[in-house]
Amino acid sequence: MSTVAKFPEKIHAASLYDVQKVRKDFPILHQTVHGRPLVYLDNAATTQKPLAVIEAIESYYCHDNSNIHRGVHTLSERATEAYEKVRVTAQKFLNAADYKEIIFVRGTTEAINLVAQTYGRKNVGSGDEVLITAMEHHSNIVPWQLLCEEKGARLRVAPINDRGELLLDEFEKLLGPKTKFVAVAHLSNALGTINPVREIVRMAHSRNVPVLVDGAQAAPRMQVDVQALDCDFYALSGHKVYGPTGIGVLYGKTSLLEAMPPYQGGGDMIASVTFEKTVYNRLPYKFEAGTPNIAATIGLGAAFEYLNSLGVEQIEQHEAGLLAYATKSVETIPGVKVVGTAKEKAGVLSFVMDDIHPHDIGTILDTEGIAVRTGHHCAQPVMQRFNIPATARASFGLYNTREEVDALVKGIRKVQEVLG
Amino acid sequence: MSDVRELRDLYQEVILEHSKKPKNFRAIDSANHKAEGFNPLCGDHFTIYVDVKDGSISDIGFQGSGCAISKASASMMTQMLKGKTETEAEGIFTRFHGLVTGHAGDEQDLGKLAVFAGVSEFPLRVKCATLAWHALRAALKGDQEAVSTE
Repeated sequence: MSTVAKFPEKIHAASLYDVQKVRKDFPILHQTVHGRPLVYLDNAATTQKPLAVIEAIESYYCHDNSNIHRGVHTLSERATEAYEKVRVTAQKFLNAADYKEIIFVRGTTEAINLVAQTYGRKNVGSGDEVLITAMEHHSNIVPWQLLCEEKGARLRVAPINDRGELLLDEFEKLLGPKTKFVAVAHLSNALGTINPVREIVRMAHSRNVPVLVDGAQAAPRMQVDVQALDCDFYALSGHKVYGPTGIGVLYGKTSLLEAMPPYQGGGDMIASVTFEKTVYNRLPYKFEAGTPNIAATIGLGAAFEYLNSLGVEQIEQHEAGLLAYATKSVETIPGVKVVGTAKEKAGVLSFVMDDIHPHDIGTILDTEGIAVRTGHHCAQPVMQRFNIPATARASFGLYNTREEVDALVKGIRKVQEVLG
Repeated sequence: MSDVRELRDLYQEVILEHSKKPKNFRAIDSANHKAEGFNPLCGDHFTIYVDVKDGSISDIGFQGSGCAISKASASMMTQMLKGKTETEAEGIFTRFHGLVTGHAGDEQDLGKLAVFAGVSEFPLRVKCATLAWHALRAALKGDQEAVSTE
């Protein structure tokens, strides 16, 4: 912020991110697993919830629970107001131009399916192409495969290099007259690579191709400005931004959302219904059929506010420091190889060990109280690209510490001791 | 709850030896039964080859990749079952399954396979220990499709 920049002593204050204080906000972290303090390094799978989120959900059910957009009674009014307030919070969090561009969905997966089944079915036809990258999560592959199969369209995949970076030249070459849609991850869940989304969008838009960005991993780790990115759709999951499961956000540009057919039919998404004709509701309600997950939405709002209170930029810096420290520490262990070494990277440290299967790594680390993910991370094509069956993945969150990285390193040495 | 002792129980020396140097780790071109076993959650993938003559397993081998537990289990399974009848193999599978899921009956009959008893303390690893066995059953039944743990 410009006002801070003028006062050097405040810059210093702002750069002091008190991780120990932050940890106090997360009740789940304060437990032992197999007699060791829990070291939770599976944040790319799901994040833990701060008290603010847990209490917001509890408070909703204790005081305000009611259906929304319906009753004239006080509770319904309160619930509706709380629910709609989150839409504005989400709008600001993503810097969307209008609250109507925020659609609540179950998560990133549903957001992508929504776009594939509405925009995609309307605009992608036989012989057309959908372009993705080789580092996508299954949730940004399979919805497009289903669409292509139905329409007789073709799914094209832009390749990545050995560091796990998108080959932008190859990507651009694949953007052709048949390309009708582009879908890319902002941040790869298996490799940690940050894609040059602004550049990707510029390339696609110069050919009038809209772009969906899978922001599941980026939203909790980076400042996201959908207007600066100029992407057409942006998808995120609540449970990865320290909010509840079962709630997520689809951002879409108004002009595109207006032109899209509804996703699901039902209550709330209609303006009027007769057996002859149904008039759909206006944005964003056109895409929100049925009673939504109100409590989770309110929890998500609390999560966004919590992240704002810490400062997303601060979180970004904190995690960048952790990742650099962890990469350096893990790389120096003989027999350990980091998978995904992109120059632009965040949050994720995937690694493999000589002659030791990731599953065995995961089991032994667990006995040390360390939670990591092992497997293909729902990105089997990434594993195939690197010719490995699986990796072990440590992924960092805003509450992780250097001491926890040290515990991971110690744990990896233990793995070698037991299985070496 | 698993602690260091249980970890040693899981990764017994015999298991580690078999995972590093698996026995019968080969394709058998002439095998009259063959099936694949696949764990989509972790990517473990084995192909089991079984040659059955007069109701007995005359030769058995496997190929593929997996964790220490799944590979050692496949390796020791092939050692255990060579020369057994199909009925005997089925009986051993049932007892082995009981052992790794903590419902053991008579472990004596399982011989060296008893080292897998530690798996029962790690419920998430039961699928690893039984992957090759499920593939074997599919092979003996003549199922052509790959079996999946999911």
